[in-house]
Amino acid sequence: MQRFANPARFMRLSAALLPWCSAAAAVLIAIGLYGALFIAPPDYQQGEAVKIMYVHVPSAWLASLVYAVMAVASAVALIWRHPVAHIAAESAAPIGAGFTFVCLVSGSLWGEPMWGTWWVWDARLTSVLVLFFLYLGFIALTNAFDDRARGSRAAAILAIVGVVNLPIIKFSVDWWNTLHQKDSVFLFSKSTIAPSMLWPMLVMAAGFLFLFAVLLMLRMRTALLRAKLRALRFGT
Amino acid sequence: MSGFAALLTRDLRLAFRQGGDVANVVAFFALAVILFPFGVGPDPDLLARIAAGVLWVTALLAALLSLERLFDADFQDGSLEALSLMPVPLEIQVLAKCVAHWLTTGLPLTIIAPLLALVLHFDAAGYPALIAALLLGTPVLSLIGAIGAALTLGARRAGVLLSLLVLPLYIPVLIFGVAASEAAALGLESRPHLLLLAALLAGSLALAPWAAAAALRQALE
Repeated sequence: MQRFANPARFMRLSAALLPWCSAAAAVLIAIGLYGALFIAPPDYQQGEAVKIMYVHVPSAWLASLVYAVMAVASAVALIWRHPVAHIAAESAAPIGAGFTFVCLVSGSLWGEPMWGTWWVWDARLTSVLVLFFLYLGFIALTNAFDDRARGSRAAAILAIVGVVNLPIIKFSVDWWNTLHQKDSVFLFSKSTIAPSMLWPMLVMAAGFLFLFAVLLMLRMRTALLRAKLRALRFGT
Repeated sequence: MSGFAALLTRDLRLAFRQGGDVANVVAFFALAVILFPFGVGPDPDLLARIAAGVLWVTALLAALLSLERLFDADFQDGSLEALSLMPVPLEIQVLAKCVAHWLTTGLPLTIIAPLLALVLHFDAAGYPALIAALLLGTPVLSLIGAIGAALTLGARRAGVLLSLLVLPLYIPVLIFGVAASEAAALGLESRPHLLLLAALLAGSLALAPWAAAAALRQALE
């Protein structure tokens, strides 16, 4: 853990990883999109509108995953006073907010033809909306102090508090029987979605994961360089 | 325990000697509720229908308004630093401050809520559930609010930021509070919602002081 507290080491490592991760993200998303739009069959009830799923579901997964990454990075930053972990959490927040926004918007676009409404106050939708506001709160709190270090620490505590929302998102469809459908993809048992539809979605999810890694590394590198520039310019 | 009691009486004494705060919160609550009949029209059926939601949302906003004074005065005049050096753990002190905050906001709000429910033509059958839900729910507002108040100590435009942080976390309390009150008014079982509110209270009672104390510690660094 402490080995990665060295920003120079992170810069070297991320410079080596970036081209590979970018290529992986581009290839996986291209294959996933082709599979989703041209190979996967239309749904017997929803027709072609089901293709929104291939963006909606991966971005929803990433929305939760990025929050978990942010919370773990925040915990590491607070426990070990790990400077790069603070930067990781702060760099992850806008990306997570972006995925959450894509998830909400694509869900809304999907809901209109299928449920006949853009938005319902369903438990899953509400908890994801709360997730979005948690991201916004984290970003606002980071920037709210004249002393940047103070903002980072306060936001890190907020990120850890917000973890209570993650299980609520996951289990909201089981606890409340409302409009949003239940989970149909499982790690440890057979998924209830047709394999012909499942594989493009998994490829897309892997592509989104690499996209997140690329964006995170780019943002972290920028933040580190900016901090260095500030130190050079103002000597702090 | 004596430290807890001492801090609680100190905070209560401060709140009552400064006077205005409690009255202001209650006055805000009453005024904001009274705005609704003008906003949506005086139709008794409509008002009765939305009464529980109006009462809960306004109570939540009233509690939010008073959160800033939870730690801010002590932070400004430096007594928070002195308190953090006391042998009493900071978590217990946070709990004492939350109890004092609840006694000066949540409890007065709960006491005046039935009166305002009357003005909104809330169904008589719903009163016990409304009061029980407010008694269980308002302490959660104080406890979750303490985290937000501690996190935003010394921030720029802390008030707006505080509402951005705290309001999303208040949503569960609002959902179950309104559900309990409305279920009783419609003649349904309100017990499950009250039990969920009690669970929220138990959970936040155990966890919120830790988070708020951690936030206070890093504010004092």
